[in-house]
Amino acid sequence: MSLAASTRWRQPSILPGFGLAFGTTLTALCLIVLIPLTALMLRAAGAGWADIVAIASSPRTLAALRLSFGAALIAALVNTVFGLLIAWILVRYEFPGRRLIDAAVDLPFALPTAVAGISLSAIYAPNGWVGSFANQLGFQIAYTPLGVMVALIFIGLPFVVRSVQPVLAESERSIEEAAALLGASRLRTVFRVILPAVAPAVLTGFVLAFARAVGEYGSVIFIAGNIPMVSEIAPLLIVIKLEQFDYAGAAVIGMMMLIVSFVMILVLNLVQAWGRERLGHV
Amino acid sequence: MSDITFAPRAPDQEISGESLLTRLVLIACALVFLGLFLFLPLISVFAEAFKRGWEAYLAALADPDAASAIWLTLYVAAIAVPFNIIVGVAAAWAVAKFEFKGKSLLVSLIDLPFSVSPVVAGLSYMLLFGAQGYFGPWLKAHDLAIVFAVPGIVIATIFVTFPFVARELIPHMQALGTDDEEAALTLGASAWRTFFTITLPNVKWSLLYGVLLCNARAMGEFGAVAVVSGKIRGVTTTIPTQIEILYNEYNGAAAFALASLLAALALVTLVLKTFLEWRYADAIAASTHR
Repeated sequence: MSLAASTRWRQPSILPGFGLAFGTTLTALCLIVLIPLTALMLRAAGAGWADIVAIASSPRTLAALRLSFGAALIAALVNTVFGLLIAWILVRYEFPGRRLIDAAVDLPFALPTAVAGISLSAIYAPNGWVGSFANQLGFQIAYTPLGVMVALIFIGLPFVVRSVQPVLAESERSIEEAAALLGASRLRTVFRVILPAVAPAVLTGFVLAFARAVGEYGSVIFIAGNIPMVSEIAPLLIVIKLEQFDYAGAAVIGMMMLIVSFVMILVLNLVQAWGRERLGHV
Repeated sequence: MSDITFAPRAPDQEISGESLLTRLVLIACALVFLGLFLFLPLISVFAEAFKRGWEAYLAALADPDAASAIWLTLYVAAIAVPFNIIVGVAAAWAVAKFEFKGKSLLVSLIDLPFSVSPVVAGLSYMLLFGAQGYFGPWLKAHDLAIVFAVPGIVIATIFVTFPFVARELIPHMQALGTDDEEAALTLGASAWRTFFTITLPNVKWSLLYGVLLCNARAMGEFGAVAVVSGKIRGVTTTIPTQIEILYNEYNGAAAFALASLLAALALVTLVLKTFLEWRYADAIAASTHR
């Protein structure tokens, strides 16, 4: 009976160790990831509807969420445009230093966020290498919402490049040549032939960059200036509430961010399903 | 006729493509963007670290708090990375070698820590193990501490680095299939012997790749660690949290000196990663690495 049940659940195999491997994975997953995140949900739900609504709709929370989402959206859009451009020149053009740049694109994955945060704020501060130029032009980057965007552009930079690059590398040049021979201008070929083919990969990279940017903390807090209502991001508000021992407040904002993470995972799966249906890969 | 029409075209001349000027402009745009957002930050870490010379740099690293932060970072990585290797290999074995219901859900759950803000992860542990947390009173009664102590830092680090090893191993193990293991078992090898002499050597390069990325993130994690550690100077500060403390004290030179260590680690990671990708491209899955 139990044998029949287990064969229905998983296909039989002569390989050993499924129970041990699956059990280890599930135990670690529950202890490290699932139980803590459930505790967060329970704690937030335990605050009661009235408190949840009060915390979620307080002006400071709304300002922080607006900044986190707005800056993440703009940063992801900037990274989409430049990510596409970088992927394009890396795949299609030959120029000195191409391999070095290809390797360097992953730097934001490897460089710890705190290091990125202090170096970005040093560069974009009013007395920094780039910040002093901006100052002469009459605007400030660091310690404003612009600074938040700069940090989010940095940490989201590799996502679009790395998701578009393999698709561009595999794309058939002959289709573009056919379009050119049929009389299409290069610009028309780019918009009607090349971009539609890489669209699912671009969208995947965009969603990944956005999801990462919404929850980013380390690189932002140094450059943001952290002025309440102006340049205070949602993760920082969680930290501030924790430091004030407002656990319920922290849990409610944390739960809102967690829900956003789940939505992002769902969107990502839909985008990838769309890509598979359209092109057979991604 | 058509031969005559196409004959003058030089073999290297492309039918479709951009003019030289367009190419140069596009490359220049990309390089300016990368310069502003990638290379300048990297250069500035080292420039700021050595601004006051070698002696100030070495003095900043020799500071007792800095030294203790370096040790704690190594200590935490030495526990978190092996833990994630064991779980990652187990997860990859279960997912890649067997067919069972709910597999894609399991894979999504393994990837979940990538999508969760590190601050939210830290917060979850505070709500479990903090003074006001579910297990807080019990831990206090038994004189145990998880948050504001080293165990909390270790668990938070395990959380944020949880998917790295499994992510690299699963596609590679799936591509390899189960033929080699089945042959070894049929010839009488034990399960563990099959694993250590067949499976592990087959995937060693993608395993190393995953470990490399896992380690870089473990040593550099800031958000989750900042929340659970309480940042007690000399006791629960890792390199990234010590950088924050120094920076907020306007001790930029010392902050950048410590930051340069992590930047050097990032560069070594990138070099090794590029080498592995170049040398063992077949073994390492061409998934989007994140």
